[in-house]
Amino acid sequence: MAVNEQLDSTIEQHDAVAVHSEGKRSTPLYIASRKVYPKAVSGYFRNLKWILTAIFLGVYYITPWIRWDRGEHAPNQAVLVDILHRRFYFFGIEIWPQEFYYVAGLLIMGGVGLFLITSVAGRAWCGYACWQTVWTDLFLVVERWIEGDRNARIRLENGPWTASRVAKFLAKNAVWLLIALATGGAWIFYFADAPTLLKSFFTGQAPFVAYATVGVLTFTTFVFAGYMREQVCIYMCPWPRIQSAMFDENSLLVTYNAWRGEPRSLHRKKALAAGQKVGDCVDCNACVAVCPTGIDIREGSQLGCITCALCIDACNEVMDKMGLPRGLISYSNTVTYNDNAAGKPTHLKASTVFRPRTLIYFTVWSLAGLLMMMSLFTRERLDVNIVPDRNPLYTKLSDGGLRNGYQLKILNMKQQPLTFRVEMQGLAEGSFAGDGLTMVSPREATVNVEADKLKNVKIYVTMPPNTVKSESSELAFKVTETGPEGDGESLVTGTVFHGPKVK
Amino acid sequence: MSKRERDEISGTETTGHTWDGLKELNTPLPRWWVWTFYVTIIWALGYSIVYPSWPLLTTNVKGLWNWSSRGDVAASLSAAQGAQKEWLDKINAADVNAINADEQLRNFAVAGGAAAFKVNCVQCHGSGAAGAVGYPNLNDNDWLWGGSLDAIYTTIQHGIRSTDDGSTRDSAMPAFADGVLDATQIDQVANYVLKLSGNEADEAAATAGAQLFTDNCASCHGADGKGMRDFGAPNLTDSIWLRFDAPTKENIVAQISKPHHGLMPAWAAKLDDATIKQLAVYVHSLGGGE
Ligand code: SF4
Ligand code: SF4
Repeated sequence: MAVNEQLDSTIEQHDAVAVHSEGKRSTPLYIASRKVYPKAVSGYFRNLKWILTAIFLGVYYITPWIRWDRGEHAPNQAVLVDILHRRFYFFGIEIWPQEFYYVAGLLIMGGVGLFLITSVAGRAWCGYACWQTVWTDLFLVVERWIEGDRNARIRLENGPWTASRVAKFLAKNAVWLLIALATGGAWIFYFADAPTLLKSFFTGQAPFVAYATVGVLTFTTFVFAGYMREQVCIYMCPWPRIQSAMFDENSLLVTYNAWRGEPRSLHRKKALAAGQKVGDCVDCNACVAVCPTGIDIREGSQLGCITCALCIDACNEVMDKMGLPRGLISYSNTVTYNDNAAGKPTHLKASTVFRPRTLIYFTVWSLAGLLMMMSLFTRERLDVNIVPDRNPLYTKLSDGGLRNGYQLKILNMKQQPLTFRVEMQGLAEGSFAGDGLTMVSPREATVNVEADKLKNVKIYVTMPPNTVKSESSELAFKVTETGPEGDGESLVTGTVFHGPKVK
Repeated sequence: MSKRERDEISGTETTGHTWDGLKELNTPLPRWWVWTFYVTIIWALGYSIVYPSWPLLTTNVKGLWNWSSRGDVAASLSAAQGAQKEWLDKINAADVNAINADEQLRNFAVAGGAAAFKVNCVQCHGSGAAGAVGYPNLNDNDWLWGGSLDAIYTTIQHGIRSTDDGSTRDSAMPAFADGVLDATQIDQVANYVLKLSGNEADEAAATAGAQLFTDNCASCHGADGKGMRDFGAPNLTDSIWLRFDAPTKENIVAQISKPHHGLMPAWAAKLDDATIKQLAVYVHSLGGGE
């Protein structure tokens, strides 16, 4: 490491070149990508990111193991996507396929939420929450633990393949592979009873799709977090392209405050003594050395920056040593930056967060959330459908009466078996009957429906001779929960009775 | 070759392509991306060797795995049939009443019967089993040869007036115009039949027809005209008519004079027993089963 002797002795000069520098592109159609060796850094944002990483990983790994008692008729896993039985369980909430709009609502909230975050704080998703960032961080920890930090690794990889290098290489990849396996492995537990699946997974009895899923996710985790890293963000991910359309002059972005830093100087003290004009940037390249995507933030806001804020930490450390104020690199926005550049010292105003754009996003986001909550808490757990037969529309009986057939579908979405009373309304002369119904009177019956099931009953409505006055007459069925288990929820569903054309 | 230059702002070289004054920057792809591209080409080659690909004059290259979409369908069909075997075995072992009594078996039989009905029966009985003139409606509660599960099962097995089944249900109404009754007498009987079913009739003729009915018709249609299932003789007192839509005197006279007879094939020779049982359960489930 070439330390410039002329540099202020307390500041380490990094021999770092921005791998993805905007200005140093060469001519050929394609080039080998150069490896980025991010240097470890500590500071406020690094700590914040460790905490967030721990929370995200914790949530991801622990969630499928949380139990939730739903009684004997439903699974006891708190979060479960039961594809086979077409149910989605989330703690106290159970979603049937026809209620899929809740999932659509969640996606809308997710989308608008990202717009909101992005318009306030730029690529906060990328820098703090994206799995690519989180898992890359995790893999970097392993890498530093086994092979050492930036300089040690550069030296190692430029050196020969000694036994110790081979050992380190194997150890690193083995640990990565284990993490990748655990990552892919955790995913499948969201789709089946976790303890059962874990057992069958290791005894070789899990379904093929479980192994295939783990295989694919292990592979992608290993390759993306171990070897592709910033290449995923720069070349593969669509999100950076979309996000830049959501920034405006008030969005917070990691910014090199050039108005303060330039002209940068390696020999700041000497230059100052000589009365030259110098900025605060000591050109130590610390910001470049720590950047996980290998860019130089001093070239300005750019596609490669995932706003991980690690360069802020690195630069603040340098500023502290130099006795200069922190924040040469900081979260800032175009308005503040331009004001300062124009010689008007300004601080970031909290009020820039509340502007029409963010308020609209927030309103849409909370409206979607509120609507979903309201409908979730008031939704019916009983659904009734009556489908009249279309072929034949009606049947003439031997006494001259008429009969219509219907499919009566009762969805009991509660987690206990229930008895329902089915009453016919309208067409006063008529009566009904059906398989699986217990008739109480010609116009009233009861039917049992298992917990969490749909019951399909074929019913026939019969009208005595000469009582049907039109080609189609209205009638309805009232379905009511009864018995000690039921809480009297009831639904009236209308349908029609078909007869011959009246001349 | 167009002229390459270096873009001032980004410092990147241009490709030399210009559109309306806009110059294209030459931002090089990472090399792994190019390799990915080559891999897809190799993949495509492999794919075209393994799967059906190049068209030839009359056929196409079949591919090493000899895969075809027809073969795929056949495989899924036989898999589906394999999955049904358990149920079909139970249906073979049980009689129609036992099948009907078991909820699961009944559901399977109704679904299977409906499918078989769509293939074999709809040509005469219609897709909703509602029949047509001359072809009985299977939804109603009027049965010529009986509406119990056993009766329906027998009818489907052996058919009606089927020429190639010795146990077929058989009967024939004589043509009364062929020297049995004269035109006046036929008219009187027709009036009586109209009256039996509650339709408007000439009272005097009907009264005369009553005696003729007892002498000539009651042996099959019963003294009260309610029909007799042993002979497939229809009930003449109800609202359902097989041979015509409207019970007019002309229609009835025509049937008495020169009757039409329905014919149903015997299915025992064409369908396996499990299918016939399922058909019987299905027909029985249509609302008129006894
Ligand atoms: S660019 Fe894409 S992959 Fe990279 S951090 Fe952002 S969202 Fe994640
Ligand atoms: S420039 Fe700074 S904020 Fe942007 S990716 Fe690099 S280290 Fe992170």
